[in-house]
Amino acid sequence: MMRLPLFAFRAPETVAEAVRILDGEGPKAMPLAGGTDLLPNMKRRQQVPKTLMSLGHIQELHHVEWSDSGSRLGACLTLSQIAADPRFRNGMTALAQAASFVATPQIRNMATLGGNLCLDTRCNYYDQNYEWRKSIGFCLKKDGDICWVAPGSRKCLAVSSSDTAPALMALGARVRLVSRAGEREVPLTELYQNDGIHYSKRQPNELLTEVLLDSCDGWKSTYWKLRRRGSFDFPVLSVAAALLLSSKDIVREARIVVGSVACRPLLAAEAARSLVGGPLDEESIAKAATLAARMAKPLDNTDFDMTWRKRVTAEFVTYALRELRGDDMRPERLLLTRHSSSL
Amino acid sequence: MSEQNEKSSSPVAGSGSPGEGFRVIGVPRRRVDGRAKVTGQTRFADDICLPRMAHCKLLRSPHPHARIRRMDVSRALAHPGVYLVLTGKDLPVQYGILPVSQDEQALCLDHVRHVGDPVAAVVAREELTAFEALDLIDVDYEILPTICDPEEALATPEPRIHEYGEEGNIHKLVALEFGDVEQGFAEADEIFEDTFFYQGNTHLPIEQHASVAIKDPDGKLTIWSSTQTPHYLHRALAKVLAMPPAHIRVVATPNGGGFGGKSDPFHHEIVVAKAALLLDRPVKICLTREEVFYCHRGRHPVLMKFKTGVKKDGTITGLHLRTLIDGGAYGSYGVASTYYAGALQTTTYHIPRYRYEGCRTFTNKPPCGPKRGHGTPQPRFGQEVQLDKIAERLRIDPADLRLRIVETPNTVTANFLSLGTVNLGECIRRVVEASDWKTKFRKLPEGRGVGMACSAYLTGAGLPIYWNKMPHSGVQLKFDRGGGVSVFCGATEIGQGSDDVLAGIVAEVLGIDPFDVRLFTGDTDLGPVDLGSYSSRVTLMAGNAALQAAERGKALLAEAVALKFEVPKERLRFAGKRVFDSAAPDEGVSFAEAICLAEARFGTIGTVGSYTPPKSPALYKGGGVGPSPTYSYSAAVVEVEVNPLTGWVHVRKVWMAHDIGRALNPTLVRGQVEGSVYMGLGEALMEEQEFRRLPKRLSHALVHKFPSMLEYKSPTSLDMPEVLTELIEDPDPRGPFGAKEVGQGPLLPIMPAVANAVYDAVGVRIDEVPITPEKVMKALAEKRAGREPRFGPDHFPQVHWPEALRVPPPWEGGDGNAVNEVQREKPRAAKEKVLAP
Repeated sequence: MMRLPLFAFRAPETVAEAVRILDGEGPKAMPLAGGTDLLPNMKRRQQVPKTLMSLGHIQELHHVEWSDSGSRLGACLTLSQIAADPRFRNGMTALAQAASFVATPQIRNMATLGGNLCLDTRCNYYDQNYEWRKSIGFCLKKDGDICWVAPGSRKCLAVSSSDTAPALMALGARVRLVSRAGEREVPLTELYQNDGIHYSKRQPNELLTEVLLDSCDGWKSTYWKLRRRGSFDFPVLSVAAALLLSSKDIVREARIVVGSVACRPLLAAEAARSLVGGPLDEESIAKAATLAARMAKPLDNTDFDMTWRKRVTAEFVTYALRELRGDDMRPERLLLTRHSSSL
Repeated sequence: MSEQNEKSSSPVAGSGSPGEGFRVIGVPRRRVDGRAKVTGQTRFADDICLPRMAHCKLLRSPHPHARIRRMDVSRALAHPGVYLVLTGKDLPVQYGILPVSQDEQALCLDHVRHVGDPVAAVVAREELTAFEALDLIDVDYEILPTICDPEEALATPEPRIHEYGEEGNIHKLVALEFGDVEQGFAEADEIFEDTFFYQGNTHLPIEQHASVAIKDPDGKLTIWSSTQTPHYLHRALAKVLAMPPAHIRVVATPNGGGFGGKSDPFHHEIVVAKAALLLDRPVKICLTREEVFYCHRGRHPVLMKFKTGVKKDGTITGLHLRTLIDGGAYGSYGVASTYYAGALQTTTYHIPRYRYEGCRTFTNKPPCGPKRGHGTPQPRFGQEVQLDKIAERLRIDPADLRLRIVETPNTVTANFLSLGTVNLGECIRRVVEASDWKTKFRKLPEGRGVGMACSAYLTGAGLPIYWNKMPHSGVQLKFDRGGGVSVFCGATEIGQGSDDVLAGIVAEVLGIDPFDVRLFTGDTDLGPVDLGSYSSRVTLMAGNAALQAAERGKALLAEAVALKFEVPKERLRFAGKRVFDSAAPDEGVSFAEAICLAEARFGTIGTVGSYTPPKSPALYKGGGVGPSPTYSYSAAVVEVEVNPLTGWVHVRKVWMAHDIGRALNPTLVRGQVEGSVYMGLGEALMEEQEFRRLPKRLSHALVHKFPSMLEYKSPTSLDMPEVLTELIEDPDPRGPFGAKEVGQGPLLPIMPAVANAVYDAVGVRIDEVPITPEKVMKALAEKRAGREPRFGPDHFPQVHWPEALRVPPPWEGGDGNAVNEVQREKPRAAKEKVLAP
């Protein structure tokens, strides 16, 4: 079997202690939350931190706070907790759906919200064990100097594969980043950048401690995920959409996010704008779907044929918007995702 | 998940419904090894942990094709914690599962043929240490050009991947003709020519291969290994280690799934055996999932061309099949696979004239071999999809067409396969009825459809892998004074239920409970030889051996009890752990007492049984592949929904009728059917052993695209539709209690049934598997553009076939021999001619 490399293990009990450790150890230390992604990656030698700092004992990272103005979600909430908690419904349905569609029940019991937001970008040339990567001479993202997805590219093209990131972006979430020097709040839309290596603006000495959400009262949201199978798989296309409708079903505000087709989730601002001020009819949905799909430029580094992934993007946006309009999309959900429930 | 919604029935009056007259056979039972499995107590090879045990890792080639110029292991040997480093020089003897392709080395000496080919082994105190030391071995490789598919192999005779084989990089050519096929085509009203491609896929057992070897205190070798074929591993170890077989003990631990992937002797088994002998300490290896993908031996990718002549009423007048087979880097079972690809076409429908030409090439990829259905699912896919096309053109319902041409029982086919019971017609009628076929076929709304396909499979290979006249399976029974019975047999439990079959048969004959039976199986020291868990042979062969041994034991006990009660022994019954007079059931003794009486009279009670298959009438060269004591039959209907906008295929339900002969334990039989449906849907819809070649100007890499369980897509429980299983029970006198196989046959019709259902749903032909949404979308685009609504291969390359062996079929007076059987000349002089452009 594959063995973990040796590492030092720290288990702080407060955020203050944790950021001191991160500050002292530098980028060679990595926070360990659920470990469902990091530990397999370490076995494959994709990441070889000298120090693993467990977040499991930091109580303040497990809290949830609800108020009229919104909510604060501790970074160590597990995806199972989010999927099971009825408070993550109505306006926040997209988040609960995204959490419930991650991997498998066992993994969701361990995996955390913060971990999923910090998920390493993925690529078929990179998510391989050490020997495999050696046999292609490694790649830009780790130990090599070429991007095999597009050998002309100077930038790594690994794919953002978080389910919760597009959902939370559609909900307008912010994250709190804490370091020894202080803390900052960053809108999720600004946390990510389109680079497979430097995909997050979180600094190695910063800890993502919580997710902040304004009240989602009156909003409706949904999350659609494309993957080959009804379980296990990372998304290879995802669509998160959130709408605020007037009493006459006129779109007052809209956010559409297309995930897993670039190094970061893509905010489809133009598509969302095209919906505002009008009803959700087939024409407006088709227009928004076309505009959103235009942004998707998937490459041949995930499951499925890339041209096919591109072609079905518009369908997925259409399904999401129809569902928010109130159409019964359970047959399509069952067909494409083997999950009939939209929570 | 699938609904438990099955029925069993017997089509033949008087043959007895399941369980009738039997206490164990035919009764759905908990399998004897079930408790250990569900409580996690089954001891798999990787669970074995011994004092002083060292760990082994293999250094594998990062190159798809290269010569080893030089290797320096000194840095690895000097690494703290490393006990031993082995290279090809330590294990130079070649081996291989088939006598005709002894082309493997435990560690490559000077030539690596695919990424993952092992070149050195490190044995260390810790597994992590062994892994780290791999990087300290310096290997100087000379890179060679690579071959990634059979067409490239045909066009690239040099450099050769192996120095043996037909020519260039062609491993094996087969050409057989049973009757004049051209005459058959001349008599046809319609000729159909179709080309199909079946992508390769792998077994994906949940358990990765693992082995532990020790040098026994008396100097002998013991190895525990997850192998399906301990006897063949025993032979390979004796050969490579140059040790007397009597000094080697192979214990096949329960396999966490095999499916054919643990049927070859493997590098890692030989390496840990050698290391244990040298170090005099236990040595263990457990492969990573990536390494299991490199061991492979899975489904061969096959390009095939079917030319079939039919009369207007559907009668087949002749079939000409050509296959081009991607063998990967070694022989493995490939020669047999090449024959199998042409063997079973004649077992389902009557084919009066048949020609088969097969070509297996070497490529720089992990070797292909036997996977569930060995060599036959690929041509079965082509045959059943083409039948669907034939039925449509002839305007005959595909179920009716098949019913018209179903082969008759107890026939000898054109290629001299001797059939037993054939209940394929009943299978078809049953799935037609259960699925409501007549109201669905071509009648469901656009986007929904049903498809049908059938199949047949061996109940055990009729010939062993190495030529000998000995039994294929043997069983010894030991009778204990306390009433227990121990079964000793080489048969290997790979999850299929072979232990339960042995226990069930012995318990039925002796009138005891299966849980009173102790099993010592898969151990070459303890039990007589069973050739292994492959070709669906265990139930019939080990089962018949167990039946014979149990009947012999019963006879001894009956004689002793008859003397005590002074009744004729024929009147005695064995049931309920008692032996009693059927005329006066109160007159009797407990089973334990019966053993004591017999032991007092005859001495220690032990019996043996064995089984040798009947001689096959196929006497021509190549006729050794395909014969079986009897064949199972299956018919399937699959209902799908296809989303026309995305091409997404969703399987709604599967109906499967299987001609089982008799279900010894219906619970296990249904499990095998559902497992076959599951595996078949994976092959039909998503599984692909795919390779990636990097741009040649930048790299010589040719790698498995995703050797992981995450990215090699195999269905999950959520992707599994409802399955309705119908068992057709018509006991076949050749099987124990009439049983035929179920482990492989029900897989075969799934892939073509899905393809035929997709056509019924949206009117496009996907003439290759897997049937992925992008292929459906492309075919739908063709349809909308008014072109042929099809996705599939467009040509079959030119291969220089040798002159066919001509074997007149039985109805033309053939005796099973070829009329032109001469030593085939290897066309070495005409090299250029042989190689297609």
